[in-house]
Amino acid sequence: MFRNQYDTDVTTWSPTGRLFQVEYSMEAVKQGSAAIGLRSKTHVVLACVNKANSELSSHQKKIFKVDDHIGVAIAGLTADGRVLSRYMRSEAINHSFTYESPLPVGRLVVQLADKAQVCTQRSWKRPYGVGLLAFAIGSRSQAAKTYLERRFENFTNSSREDLIKDALIATRETLQGEKLKSSICTVSVVGVGEPFHILDQETVQQLIDTFELVTEEEPPAPEPASEPAAADQGGAEQGAGAEQGAAPDEGVAPMDI
Amino acid sequence: MERKLRFKLVTGRWNPYVTGTSVVAIKYKDGILMAADMGGSYGYTLGYKSVERLKPVGKHSLLGASGEISDFQEILLYLDELILYDNVWDDLNSLGPKEVHSYLTRVMYNRRNKFNPLWNSLILGGVKIGQKYLGMVSMIGVNFEDNHVATGFGNHLARPILRDEWHDNLSFEDGVKLLEKCMRVLLYRDTTAVNKLQIAKITEESVTISQPYSLKTFWGYSAFQNLTVGDEGSWLDMVTGWAVTTME
Repeated sequence: MFRNQYDTDVTTWSPTGRLFQVEYSMEAVKQGSAAIGLRSKTHVVLACVNKANSELSSHQKKIFKVDDHIGVAIAGLTADGRVLSRYMRSEAINHSFTYESPLPVGRLVVQLADKAQVCTQRSWKRPYGVGLLAFAIGSRSQAAKTYLERRFENFTNSSREDLIKDALIATRETLQGEKLKSSICTVSVVGVGEPFHILDQETVQQLIDTFELVTEEEPPAPEPASEPAAADQGGAEQGAGAEQGAAPDEGVAPMDI
Repeated sequence: MERKLRFKLVTGRWNPYVTGTSVVAIKYKDGILMAADMGGSYGYTLGYKSVERLKPVGKHSLLGASGEISDFQEILLYLDELILYDNVWDDLNSLGPKEVHSYLTRVMYNRRNKFNPLWNSLILGGVKIGQKYLGMVSMIGVNFEDNHVATGFGNHLARPILRDEWHDNLSFEDGVKLLEKCMRVLLYRDTTAVNKLQIAKITEESVTISQPYSLKTFWGYSAFQNLTVGDEGSWLDMVTGWAVTTME
């Protein structure tokens, strides 16, 4: 993607029908460090790589609890991510107060998508430069995606522990050889009867130790299929509570951004 | 949208004009049963004889109201809008009875806070994904859930019967019999009740509101035969008795 005369603001179309500002904002997501999500019938796991710039500084928070049944992992401009998380928390809590029941995730997503769309159609705005977890987004997420694509069909019936293990292995794939430690990744879980929460470092390290003891050789995987489990369009989805009554998987092609 | 009514802050009252009397509702095996008569009283007189006080709301709920009928109609407008916006999402989610009950509580309480109450007691019942729900909201926003609820006089005359005779998993026939027993007592003892009622049923599959019908009553008690002025138990007899006792 190179600089051109049609990319100054978001309300300028290129002659080939592209909005460059929107595409550049998606680039920001790709440059962010990886975030991964997996879903079974009963649980959803969100995991991400959390590397600090230096040993002296703390990590940038990438996973946010929106409500007991909703959590979000972000990649891209963290500031934009925090603003959107605040919006989502607000929507979730207002719904809870008025209707005394949890906001259906699908509706929150649609509201968020509509909010994001506005920024692509006002000359004085810019698109949000953040992706809220689809299935694997961020830099070097392709390696994670490849791992997940081979296995996603089995996730539906996975146990909670296996799902977390798969998430950690997928995270490790994005590290390109670097050793996976609980200090550089964050894992969160939500499930039927289990409110959204982030696992503490100790638990994560124990889980890492458990599967690193197993040999690195993964058994040859079945034919890679063309339909990832949690795939959705656009960069604006979250890992959702499976208790929302998991809607049947749509026949969607893998995203190639 | 809301009518701002002239409201006397001194007395803190607001006058209802056309009112409905008790609504009684119970949970039964397949869902909820609700009963209400069709009278719209105009003070002590009977103004309207075909007022439908039980209405379905969305796919999963049933609303019964007592109190000011015009306020009930306004609430139905609010609910129309609520359900419309719920449907317009065009997704697999829909507002269940718990959500509607909660919404109504917020509306009633907010109006009470603005000193412009909706003069109703509402009963909201329904079934969603096998879960039965039955709740009540008063005009000041007090709300609660129970296995059997009633409004107005129903609380004093029907609830005691229900406390004794309600049990889990009532059949439809038994449920109707129980409600009719309550409605009959109300008919005898509530002066604003009329003998024309509807019973509504809501289950997972559907809502059905019966055609209006009347209950059989019995007035052939010997004390009611061959009446003369001043008979024992008549108002004249009671007033005289009171006058005598106060003079003593």
